[in-house]
Formats: sequence, structure tokens, C-alpha cells
Amino acid sequence: MFRTLLAKEFREQWRTWKMIVFLAVFLITGIISPVLAKYTPEILRSIPNLPAGLADFIPAPTVADSVAQYLKNTGQFGILLVILLTMGVMAQEKERGTAAMLLTKPVSRSAVILAKWLTGMTIVLAGLLVDGLACLAYTVVLFEPLPFGAFWTLNLLLLVYLGVYLTVALMASTLARSQAIAAAGAFGGLIVLIILGSLPRVSDYMPGQLANWGSSLVLKGDITAWPALGVSAGIIVLALVVACLRFEREEI
Amino acid sequence: MIRIENLVKTYGSVRALDSLSLNVEPGVVYGFLGPNGAGKTTSMRILSGLARPDSGRAWILDKEIGRPGSDVRSLIGVLPEEPAFYGWMTPREYLRDFVAPLYNIHGQVAAQRADELLEIVGLKDAVNRRIGGFSRGMRQRMGLAQALVHRPPVLLLDEPVSALDPAGRKEVLELIETLRGQTTILLSTHILADVERVCDVVGIIAKGRLIVQARRDDLLARYVTPLFEIESDNGFGHWLEWVEKQAFVTNVTVSNHTARVLVKDVLKAQKPLLESLARETLSVRRFEMVHPSLEDVFLRLTEKEA
Repeated sequence: MFRTLLAKEFREQWRTWKMIVFLAVFLITGIISPVLAKYTPEILRSIPNLPAGLADFIPAPTVADSVAQYLKNTGQFGILLVILLTMGVMAQEKERGTAAMLLTKPVSRSAVILAKWLTGMTIVLAGLLVDGLACLAYTVVLFEPLPFGAFWTLNLLLLVYLGVYLTVALMASTLARSQAIAAAGAFGGLIVLIILGSLPRVSDYMPGQLANWGSSLVLKGDITAWPALGVSAGIIVLALVVACLRFEREEI
Repeated sequence: MIRIENLVKTYGSVRALDSLSLNVEPGVVYGFLGPNGAGKTTSMRILSGLARPDSGRAWILDKEIGRPGSDVRSLIGVLPEEPAFYGWMTPREYLRDFVAPLYNIHGQVAAQRADELLEIVGLKDAVNRRIGGFSRGMRQRMGLAQALVHRPPVLLLDEPVSALDPAGRKEVLELIETLRGQTTILLSTHILADVERVCDVVGIIAKGRLIVQARRDDLLARYVTPLFEIESDNGFGHWLEWVEKQAFVTNVTVSNHTARVLVKDVLKAQKPLLESLARETLSVRRFEMVHPSLEDVFLRLTEKEA
């Protein structure tokens, strides 16, 4: 039963072009990040009528800039994409009536949620693979090779980071009865996490800290963020449990 | 086969089901009849596990609905009033790759069953079209096909022919007739002609309560008292005053040039009525004994309830 639900989810993401768009944007992000890091200083220097001496203050690009661009772009586009990918998945089924059709068949309601979550996480993982491979290749060409193991550990941390937003959006979609409310809930969750992430001390425990940890791994810094990893995993589990419990009790 | 005992369901201040009880015997086509908002769809939703009653219990094949470890969903096929599908799928994909595996039907068996059902419901020519482009009638046929995939012993059909054209309606009703005896069917509808045509037993529901449940023929015999229709070109004059006073008459209505006389006993009423018409100088064009349809029974019973 779970395999059937999972197969339907993957097929839906593929046939409705969502997966293709997602992977394409991640591929572009992976290519553009090292390119921007490399050529932004040159573009700035080539601006006509630049005040004298200012060009000397523009630092030469390094591999650290490539990693910083990668983290920034993947984080920003990634969050936006996972929310757009996920916010409608449950609300749409309820709104259109396909959930009612499905739930008259012998399926577990929690399995419906978990199939959607697993599909979303797999697409994010695939996106990060495409993104990471492109970034690795362009960074080698434009700068120097990145530490392979550390770079993929960074991507695993990004998977958890994006997984938080995906799961919160899935929960919002399950709690809502319409897509509009689901969208409001998903972006509301995003805003709450951003605000909490900007508070001193609290930010050390928030998912945003995972990106700093990943960057530090690649650039041989000494930042770790185990508490943030624990909190992120906790948010994911909690949001999934809330979504499953709510859907189990909901009248369709 | 299907048993409902004292189901109560409220939505806010609205009591959708008010101690509804009914019993559907195995193999019958049960016509679940009622005006809009009577509680038909709510009952269907509870039976199919989509909603929970506030109180009361229901069983399908002796399995209690909503009881932990008692999942009735593999025993039922459900067609909601407005069936919805994934628009990006083709009907063959939906039946073969999605619905059939959910009932543990896989591979060649699933493919054969999908094609067989698409032929039965008249969608053979649309097997490779996306369901998203289907008309409402086509979706209704598709809904019937998906309800039949696993050959369920019980079918819950909510307004199964309401979106179909006359030809489609005839085909689907014929299909339902072929299932009689082997499948127990609870069919909710407001189209009385369909009930008269395919249902063995009729339950009339109003305001969340079952007003009457009987075999269709018994219902007609019990509630359909014949009446006389008399058409006169020059009105009815004093005859109306006379007929209203008679003990065998229960009700008289007149519209245009036609009087409808409801009587207690046809045989006792026939002779005096004819004699009285002969006595008066009425220009009678027609004197006919009429059998009211199920529609008349339905309206009488639901109006009485209201």
C-alpha cells in the first residue's frame, strides 16, 4: 500500500513538472554560485566611473566566497521551492475531493502523509545532489577543489535545514482545509523560524545555524551546532506527528 | 449486510442525522431517498469512514464501522456524489496503477480488470486521455469503475446517475441491475424514476430520520391509495359540495377543469361517484382511476414530516 502511495506521489511530481522545475532551479543554483563568487568582483571593478581607489578595496575572490554563495543561494531558493512544492500537497487533495476518494480505500492516513513527506525529502535530496555536483565542478574549474567529504556533510546539513521547512509546510497543508490557508500557514512558519533565528542565544538552537556549521566544516572552521541539529530533527518529528495525528482524526 | 442504529450527527446547530436507523438485507438494491439536506450524504460518509457519528453505531457485514481493528473499507466500493481524480492520470493508470494495488491487485490481473471496467462503463475510447479533460458524466462513469475494481460485496453509490445524460443513465442503471443479487447496493438519489426502476427496497429519509422503509412494491401498495381524476368542461358546481361530504372521500382538489378525488376504498367509491356525475349535468370528458407514483408517496411523506 505504501509503495503504491509513494509511486503515485513521485509520478505526480514528475508529470506535473514540479520535480523537473525543482531540479532545474537547483542545477542553476549550483552553477551560478561559484560563477557569481568568481566574477562579482570583476563586474564591480568594470563599472564605469568607479570612484578612484575603490577598486583596490574589492577583495580577490576565494573558495570561501564560492561556499558562501552556495549556502546563501541554496538556502534562499531552497526554502522558497520546498514551501511552494509542499504547501498544497494535502490541502489540494482535500479541496479537490481526491482525499475523500482515496480514504474510502484501505489506506492508512498516516501513510498518506509519510508518502508525501518521503517524496518531498527525496526530491530535496536529489536537488542537493544536482546542486552540489554542479557547484563542486564549477568551483574546481574556477577556484580549487573543495574537501569532498566536508562538502557532502554540508549538504546533509542543508537537507535537514530544508527538511524543517518542508515538514512545517506539510503540517500547515494538513491542518488547512484550503490551499490559501495552507500557503499562509507555511509562510507563517517560515517567518516565525526567521524571527527566532535572529534572536541572540535562541539562534544557536535554530535550523539556520546548520548552514554556519556546514560552512565551517568546508572551510575548516571550528563552529559546531549539535543543539541546532537536535532542534531541527525535533521540529521535523514534531511537525510530522502533528500532521499524522490531525489527519487521522479529521473528517473529510 | 448494512445495519445502522440510532446514528446522530450534528454540524454546529444543524442536526444532519437524528437517530437514523436502517437495515439493508444482503443482495438488495436499496434506494435511499430524500430531499436535499435530508442526511443521505452524511450517512454515506459515515458508512465509508470519512466522518464519525456523534453517537450511534453502524455495521457492514457484521464489522462495526470506526471500531479499532475493524476496517470495512476493503468490503465496500464508494462512489461519492462528485467523484474527483488526479487530472494528470489516464483512466487506465488510475485503475491499474493506483486503485487496484491499494486492494492488493497487481500486474496482469490489475490491467485486465482496469480494461474490463473501462469497457463496462463506456470509457474504452478514452483510456489514454487525461482524466483532467473528462466531462462530469465521464467522471461519474469513472467513479463507478473505481468503486468496482475489487468486486466489493457492498456498494455505496451517492447520486450515481445525476450527472449523466439519458443514454448514460440508462446504461448505468442497467449495470446496477446486473449487480443485483451478488452485491448489496445502497443507492442515494433524488430521482424517483431511477428508484422505481432499480431498487428492491426503498428508505425515505427526511431531516435525518428514516420516515419509512419497505420493499418498493409494498411501499406502493401501502401508501399509494388510488385516486380518481375527473375532467369536466363546464366545471363541477354543486357536485363538489356533495363529494366533499361523502364518508369514503378523504380529500378533493381541483385545478383547471380536473378534480382529483382521494378515496379510502376504491371499490366502494367508484359506483356512487359515477352515479353522482350522471345525476349532475356535468360535461364529463374523462373519469379515470389513477395510481400515484412513488413521487406522490415521497412528497406526501416528506411534506407530512416537514
